[in-house]
Amino acid sequence: MRTQSSVEIGTEWGIVSARQAGRELSKEVGFNNVDQARIATAISELARNIYLYTDNGMIGLEVVERGCLKGIKIVSRDEGPGIENLGEAMTDGHSSSNGLGAGLPGAKRLMDEFDIESEPGKGTVITAIKWLR
Amino acid sequence: MRIPILKLGKYLLISIQVELDDQTALQFQEDLLNRIHEEGSEGIVVDLTSVEMIDSYIAKIIGDVVEMSNLMGAKVVLTGIQPSVAITLVEMGVTLSGVPTALNLEQGLEKLQEELEG
Repeated sequence: MRTQSSVEIGTEWGIVSARQAGRELSKEVGFNNVDQARIATAISELARNIYLYTDNGMIGLEVVERGCLKGIKIVSRDEGPGIENLGEAMTDGHSSSNGLGAGLPGAKRLMDEFDIESEPGKGTVITAIKWLR
Repeated sequence: MRIPILKLGKYLLISIQVELDDQTALQFQEDLLNRIHEEGSEGIVVDLTSVEMIDSYIAKIIGDVVEMSNLMGAKVVLTGIQPSVAITLVEMGVTLSGVPTALNLEQGLEKLQEELEG
Protein backbone atom coordinates (compact mmCIF):
# COMPACT_ATOMS: atom_id res chain seq x y z
CA MET A 1 0.00 0.00 0.00
CA ARG A 2 1.26 3.47 -0.85
CA THR A 3 1.28 5.35 2.42
CA GLN A 4 2.01 8.81 1.12
CA SER A 5 1.22 10.86 -1.94
CA SER A 6 0.80 14.43 -2.97
CA VAL A 7 -1.16 16.21 -5.67
CA GLU A 8 -0.33 19.62 -7.09
CA ILE A 9 -3.35 21.91 -7.35
CA GLY A 10 -2.45 24.16 -10.26
CA THR A 11 -5.58 23.73 -12.31
CA GLU A 12 -9.18 22.86 -11.62
CA TRP A 13 -8.40 19.26 -12.58
CA GLY A 14 -6.07 19.10 -9.60
CA ILE A 15 -9.17 19.24 -7.39
CA VAL A 16 -10.57 16.11 -9.06
CA SER A 17 -7.21 14.25 -8.94
CA ALA A 18 -6.73 15.09 -5.26
CA ARG A 19 -10.15 13.82 -4.17
CA GLN A 20 -9.79 10.67 -6.31
CA ALA A 21 -6.39 9.97 -4.74
CA GLY A 22 -7.95 10.53 -1.30
CA ARG A 23 -10.80 8.16 -1.99
CA GLU A 24 -8.44 5.44 -3.23
CA LEU A 25 -6.10 5.75 -0.26
CA SER A 26 -8.97 5.79 2.25
CA LYS A 27 -10.39 2.67 0.61
CA GLU A 28 -6.99 0.94 0.95
CA VAL A 29 -6.80 1.94 4.62
CA GLY A 30 -10.19 0.28 5.15
CA PHE A 31 -12.58 3.21 5.60
CA ASN A 32 -16.21 2.44 4.84
CA ASN A 33 -18.11 4.02 2.01
CA VAL A 34 -19.46 6.93 4.03
CA ASP A 35 -16.06 7.81 5.51
CA GLN A 36 -14.52 7.59 2.04
CA ALA A 37 -17.06 10.18 0.90
CA ARG A 38 -16.34 12.37 3.96
CA ILE A 39 -12.60 12.27 3.27
CA ALA A 40 -12.99 12.89 -0.49
CA THR A 41 -15.37 15.79 0.17
CA ALA A 42 -13.06 17.41 2.74
CA ILE A 43 -10.15 17.11 0.28
CA SER A 44 -12.31 18.68 -2.42
CA GLU A 45 -13.09 21.69 -0.19
CA LEU A 46 -9.43 22.18 0.76
CA ALA A 47 -8.17 21.75 -2.81
CA ARG A 48 -10.79 24.20 -4.05
CA ASN A 49 -9.56 26.81 -1.59
CA ILE A 50 -6.03 26.42 -2.97
CA TYR A 51 -7.35 26.70 -6.52
CA LEU A 52 -9.51 29.75 -5.76
CA TYR A 53 -7.20 31.80 -3.57
CA THR A 54 -3.60 30.91 -4.43
CA ASP A 55 -1.41 30.45 -7.49
CA ASN A 56 -0.40 27.00 -6.49
CA GLY A 57 -0.29 24.62 -3.62
CA MET A 58 -0.56 20.96 -2.91
CA ILE A 59 -2.61 18.39 -1.08
CA GLY A 60 -0.57 15.75 0.72
CA LEU A 61 -2.11 12.47 1.81
CA GLU A 62 -0.59 10.19 4.38
CA VAL A 63 -1.50 7.07 6.35
CA VAL A 64 -0.89 7.80 10.03
CA GLU A 65 -0.83 5.73 13.19
CA ARG A 66 -1.18 6.89 16.80
CA GLY A 67 -1.12 4.15 19.39
CA CYS A 68 -3.61 1.58 18.16
CA LEU A 69 -5.38 4.16 15.99
CA LYS A 70 -4.94 4.22 12.25
CA GLY A 71 -6.09 6.99 10.00
CA ILE A 72 -5.54 9.25 7.07
CA LYS A 73 -3.96 12.67 7.24
CA ILE A 74 -4.64 15.41 4.72
CA VAL A 75 -2.21 18.30 4.52
CA SER A 76 -3.17 21.31 2.42
CA ARG A 77 -0.20 23.59 1.86
CA ASP A 78 0.04 26.80 -0.14
CA GLU A 79 2.13 29.94 -0.34
CA GLY A 80 -0.82 32.17 -1.09
CA PRO A 81 -1.95 35.36 0.63
CA GLY A 82 -2.88 33.59 3.86
CA ILE A 83 -6.17 33.90 5.72
CA GLU A 84 -6.46 37.29 7.41
CA ASN A 85 -9.41 36.50 9.59
CA LEU A 86 -9.45 32.85 10.61
CA GLY A 87 -12.56 33.25 12.75
CA GLU A 88 -14.47 34.63 9.79
CA ALA A 89 -13.21 31.91 7.42
CA MET A 90 -14.43 29.25 9.86
CA THR A 91 -17.90 30.77 10.16
CA ASP A 92 -20.76 28.95 8.44
CA GLY A 93 -22.17 30.87 5.54
CA HIS A 94 -19.26 33.27 5.18
CA SER A 95 -18.00 33.17 1.61
CA SER A 96 -15.38 35.25 -0.12
CA SER A 97 -15.87 33.43 -3.42
CA ASN A 98 -19.61 33.56 -3.97
CA GLY A 99 -19.97 29.96 -2.81
CA LEU A 100 -22.06 28.56 0.00
CA GLY A 101 -19.52 29.42 2.69
CA ALA A 102 -19.51 25.80 3.80
CA GLY A 103 -15.97 25.02 2.63
CA LEU A 104 -13.67 25.24 5.65
CA PRO A 105 -16.22 24.74 8.46
CA GLY A 106 -17.77 21.93 6.40
CA ALA A 107 -14.44 20.19 5.90
CA LYS A 108 -13.75 20.50 9.63
CA ARG A 109 -17.02 18.79 10.53
CA LEU A 110 -16.30 15.91 8.15
CA MET A 111 -12.92 15.17 9.76
CA ASP A 112 -11.91 14.20 13.33
CA GLU A 113 -9.03 16.65 13.74
CA PHE A 114 -8.56 19.97 12.00
CA ASP A 115 -5.83 22.52 12.41
CA ILE A 116 -5.07 25.72 10.49
CA GLU A 117 -1.86 27.69 10.52
CA SER A 118 -1.97 30.82 8.45
CA GLU A 119 -0.01 34.00 8.25
CA PRO A 120 -0.96 36.87 5.94
CA GLY A 121 1.50 36.94 3.04
CA LYS A 122 3.06 33.64 3.93
CA GLY A 123 0.47 31.06 3.05
CA THR A 124 -1.62 28.51 4.82
CA VAL A 125 -1.14 24.98 6.08
CA ILE A 126 -4.23 23.00 7.04
CA THR A 127 -3.86 19.57 8.62
CA ALA A 128 -6.86 17.30 8.98
CA ILE A 129 -7.10 13.71 10.21
CA LYS A 130 -9.80 11.06 10.02
CA TRP A 131 -9.41 8.02 12.27
CA LEU A 132 -10.56 4.55 11.35
CA ARG A 133 -13.27 3.37 13.73
CA MET B 1 -16.91 16.65 -21.13
CA ARG B 2 -20.66 16.99 -21.72
CA ILE B 3 -23.49 15.35 -19.87
CA PRO B 4 -26.10 13.82 -22.23
CA ILE B 5 -29.64 15.18 -21.94
CA LEU B 6 -32.40 12.83 -23.13
CA LYS B 7 -35.87 13.93 -24.19
CA LEU B 8 -38.92 11.92 -23.15
CA GLY B 9 -42.11 13.65 -24.27
CA LYS B 10 -42.39 16.86 -22.31
CA TYR B 11 -39.65 15.76 -19.93
CA LEU B 12 -35.88 15.87 -20.02
CA LEU B 13 -33.93 13.05 -18.37
CA ILE B 14 -30.37 13.37 -17.20
CA SER B 15 -28.26 10.70 -15.59
CA ILE B 16 -24.97 12.07 -14.32
CA GLN B 17 -22.44 9.26 -14.62
CA VAL B 18 -19.16 11.10 -14.48
CA GLU B 19 -17.08 12.59 -11.71
CA LEU B 20 -18.40 16.14 -11.64
CA ASP B 21 -15.68 18.71 -12.07
CA ASP B 22 -16.52 22.41 -12.03
CA GLN B 23 -16.36 22.95 -15.79
CA THR B 24 -18.57 19.95 -16.54
CA ALA B 25 -21.10 21.15 -13.96
CA LEU B 26 -21.19 24.68 -15.38
CA GLN B 27 -21.43 23.39 -18.95
CA PHE B 28 -24.32 21.16 -17.88
CA GLN B 29 -26.09 24.16 -16.31
CA GLU B 30 -25.93 26.02 -19.62
CA ASP B 31 -26.80 23.02 -21.79
CA LEU B 32 -29.85 22.14 -19.69
CA LEU B 33 -31.29 25.67 -19.71
CA ASN B 34 -30.83 25.86 -23.49
CA ARG B 35 -32.57 22.51 -23.97
CA ILE B 36 -35.49 23.59 -21.77
CA HIS B 37 -35.79 26.69 -23.94
CA GLU B 38 -35.60 24.76 -27.23
CA GLU B 39 -37.92 21.90 -26.29
CA GLY B 40 -40.34 23.78 -24.07
CA SER B 41 -39.85 21.09 -21.43
CA GLU B 42 -42.05 21.21 -18.34
CA GLY B 43 -40.26 18.70 -16.17
CA ILE B 44 -36.70 17.55 -15.62
CA VAL B 45 -35.32 14.59 -13.71
CA VAL B 46 -31.64 14.71 -12.77
CA ASP B 47 -30.50 11.31 -11.57
CA LEU B 48 -27.47 11.32 -9.26
CA THR B 49 -27.26 7.57 -8.58
CA SER B 50 -23.69 7.33 -9.91
CA VAL B 51 -22.43 10.47 -8.21
CA GLU B 52 -20.18 9.50 -5.31
CA MET B 53 -19.30 12.93 -3.97
CA ILE B 54 -20.87 16.38 -3.95
CA ASP B 55 -18.87 19.19 -2.38
CA SER B 56 -20.28 22.58 -1.42
CA TYR B 57 -19.46 24.21 -4.76
CA ILE B 58 -21.03 21.45 -6.88
CA ALA B 59 -24.04 21.54 -4.52
CA LYS B 60 -24.37 25.26 -5.18
CA ILE B 61 -24.31 24.71 -8.96
CA ILE B 62 -26.96 21.98 -8.66
CA GLY B 63 -29.14 24.22 -6.46
CA ASP B 64 -28.70 27.05 -8.96
CA VAL B 65 -29.72 24.78 -11.88
CA VAL B 66 -32.96 23.93 -10.07
CA GLU B 67 -33.70 27.59 -9.34
CA MET B 68 -32.86 28.73 -12.88
CA SER B 69 -35.05 26.02 -14.41
CA ASN B 70 -37.89 27.08 -12.08
CA LEU B 71 -37.48 30.66 -13.31
CA MET B 72 -37.99 29.38 -16.84
CA GLY B 73 -41.12 27.53 -15.74
CA ALA B 74 -39.76 24.00 -15.59
CA LYS B 75 -39.84 21.76 -12.54
CA VAL B 76 -36.79 19.75 -11.53
CA VAL B 77 -36.60 16.65 -9.37
CA LEU B 78 -33.28 15.25 -8.17
CA THR B 79 -33.21 11.47 -7.79
CA GLY B 80 -30.93 8.73 -6.54
CA ILE B 81 -28.83 10.70 -4.05
CA GLN B 82 -26.51 8.16 -2.40
CA PRO B 83 -26.63 7.69 1.41
CA SER B 84 -22.98 8.79 1.70
CA VAL B 85 -23.69 11.94 -0.32
CA ALA B 86 -26.76 12.79 1.81
CA ILE B 87 -24.73 12.29 5.00
CA THR B 88 -21.78 14.44 3.91
CA LEU B 89 -23.99 17.25 2.60
CA VAL B 90 -25.97 17.52 5.83
CA GLU B 91 -22.84 17.24 8.00
CA MET B 92 -21.25 20.05 6.03
CA GLY B 93 -24.35 22.17 6.56
CA VAL B 94 -25.45 22.17 2.92
CA THR B 95 -29.21 21.75 2.86
CA LEU B 96 -30.35 22.23 -0.76
CA SER B 97 -33.61 23.43 0.77
CA GLY B 98 -36.62 23.71 -1.49
CA VAL B 99 -35.18 21.24 -3.98
CA PRO B 100 -37.62 18.39 -4.73
CA THR B 101 -36.03 14.95 -4.50
CA ALA B 102 -37.10 11.35 -4.94
CA LEU B 103 -35.55 7.98 -4.21
CA ASN B 104 -35.22 6.82 -7.80
CA LEU B 105 -35.99 7.66 -11.41
CA GLU B 106 -39.41 6.00 -11.35
CA GLN B 107 -40.56 7.91 -8.25
CA GLY B 108 -39.02 11.07 -9.67
CA LEU B 109 -41.17 10.85 -12.77
CA GLU B 110 -44.26 10.19 -10.63
CA LYS B 111 -43.47 13.22 -8.50
CA LEU B 112 -43.11 15.41 -11.59
CA GLN B 113 -46.41 14.14 -12.97
CA GLU B 114 -48.18 14.94 -9.69
CA GLU B 115 -46.66 18.42 -9.54
CA LEU B 116 -47.50 19.23 -13.15
CA GLU B 117 -51.06 17.90 -12.99
CA GLY B 118 -51.81 19.01 -9.44
